[in-house]
Amino acid sequence: MTSTLLPLFVAVPLLAAGVAAFAGRRYRWPSVLLLVVLGALTAGSAALVAVTSGGAVFAAALGGWPGGVAIPFVADVFSALVMTVASGLTLVSCWFALVSGTGRHPLFAPLVLVLISGVNGALLTADLFNLFVFIEVMLLPSYGLLVLARKGTGTLRSVVGSRLYVTFNLFVSTVFLAGVALVYGTAGTVNLAELSAAAAESDLTAAAVAVCLFALAMKAAVVPVHGWLARAYPSTSPAVTAMFSALHTKVAIYAIYRIYAIVFEGDEQWLWIGVALFSATMVVGVLGAIGETRMRSILAFHMVSQIGYILLGVALFTPLGLAAGIFYLLHHMIVKSSLFLSAGAIETRYGTDVLSDLRNRVGREPVLTVVFGVAALSLAGLPPFSGFFAKLMLITGAVEAGQVAAAVIALVVSLITLMSMLKIFNAVFAPTVTGSFRREDRLVAETAPTSLRLVAPGAVLAAVTLALGLGAQGLFDLATVAAAGLIDTTDYVKAVLP
Amino acid sequence: MILALVIGALVTGAVYLLLQKDRLRVIIGFVLLSHAVNLLFFAAGGIDRRGEPLGSDPDPAVTADPLPQAFVLTAIVIAFAITIYLLVLAVTGSPDEDADAEDAPADPQGAPADAEDAPADDPRTPGRKETGR
Repeated sequence: MTSTLLPLFVAVPLLAAGVAAFAGRRYRWPSVLLLVVLGALTAGSAALVAVTSGGAVFAAALGGWPGGVAIPFVADVFSALVMTVASGLTLVSCWFALVSGTGRHPLFAPLVLVLISGVNGALLTADLFNLFVFIEVMLLPSYGLLVLARKGTGTLRSVVGSRLYVTFNLFVSTVFLAGVALVYGTAGTVNLAELSAAAAESDLTAAAVAVCLFALAMKAAVVPVHGWLARAYPSTSPAVTAMFSALHTKVAIYAIYRIYAIVFEGDEQWLWIGVALFSATMVVGVLGAIGETRMRSILAFHMVSQIGYILLGVALFTPLGLAAGIFYLLHHMIVKSSLFLSAGAIETRYGTDVLSDLRNRVGREPVLTVVFGVAALSLAGLPPFSGFFAKLMLITGAVEAGQVAAAVIALVVSLITLMSMLKIFNAVFAPTVTGSFRREDRLVAETAPTSLRLVAPGAVLAAVTLALGLGAQGLFDLATVAAAGLIDTTDYVKAVLP
Repeated sequence: MILALVIGALVTGAVYLLLQKDRLRVIIGFVLLSHAVNLLFFAAGGIDRRGEPLGSDPDPAVTADPLPQAFVLTAIVIAFAITIYLLVLAVTGSPDEDADAEDAPADPQGAPADAEDAPADDPRTPGRKETGR
């Protein structure tokens, strides 16, 4: 029963996108449709988490063809968890987009609906070529969203950022496609389940899958290929940045986890490459962040750094390491969206995100200060919030796996993360601490704070990170089940090839 | 072997063009690159069997593998769509702006709002006064 419903996660948003495209110049009813569909997807994925939480794997062979011939859609607790968080965060980002004005464009709803159907497809599919197609389904509407603006309000900056983003992603997709071609040439199949343990059987297949993995790592902005993200993400509107931060790179991370677990079966021989690359990502990302001077640029570099943390989980490939990586992935998606939404609220209200411009201009913002502060502390990994458990587990996992150097790097990078978060905090939210009172300051202090409607989306997510911090056990249990499914992939393979 | 040489030549040309300054050349580079990958798919399906997989009862010993052909067909339309979008992006924006332009200044008035209490952790702090503020 559950298996036959899996294609709906792709079909419903695609159908809704087609309907919403008929809106003409109106944006109201497509927006309602968008929020309803995203709510339904979130609820559906949460239900999927509930039925898979025991470790069950559901697979649907599309078109009723036998396993291995058909395109398989597979859901286990890992994909269900990522899908839930991705849909939920898209919902919150769309809410912010509608409040801040970005979403009041007739093309916004159809583009987001196609985007989420591509994300769901990429998370559910167990076929490498189909993964490529769904990644493109996810990317093409993103190109539109990057430059989406009402008539006369588009910026050159978003066009320049878009050029970089489109060019880079086309290049990486082509590399991934070349990898898929090599996999087909060496193994004779692109079905993930049939490729199970293929890396151990043939070195040629291992090299071909490695091409795919390196393409996905570039898509996830792993150092040394991270510059595109730091320059493209801040160039678009704040709501779209927040939405992308939860989707694109995270789908690539999910695919890396899945493919390395199934094809390489966690082969210890190659883990050192991951440890080295992802440790470098942690360090270089955070150093880039501390040198930036715009809020969203800082947050984009942080994203690079945190991607290093998440992927370190797969480079450890122990039960604890994988569980920590999955926990970190889900926590990070939520926190990063919260931070981008808070920064977006400031940018929408004050018209800029350049720190030196905002200095002493931001008035009293008690709610926003708390919301941003909570998310920033969670990102740095302080105790009451979910970031603490994510980092604690990851560092414990790294020490257990004997990767002490990576554990030390993860700890030191946290300190620098906190430092650059304080840089934003000092410039934006605490102007009177560093500044002297002058006449302009009093003028600023008397202006009304950012409206609660703008702050609310970020606040909801900040509350979620606090809830996940206080009740970390629930998510940790789910992450443990997901990690067990990655270590022992027989259930996954059996579900696809009955 | 000929297929491998052609793919190699196409990739070489693509990499050369991708590193050019002109936006149109970059796009042509991408066209060459997707051609190369499409040929790679054909090579992956085996190059000995040349018969077309049509007709009521194709002989598997001489008929070409149809799966890579479907892959290529899909990849062609995807690359086509993105190429069109890249072409539109190439003619959007200001005409005198090069592909390798530096970051545009975010805001012409982006100078520090308050030079007196510039943050102590900003390495450019001592130089601020020389800018005439």
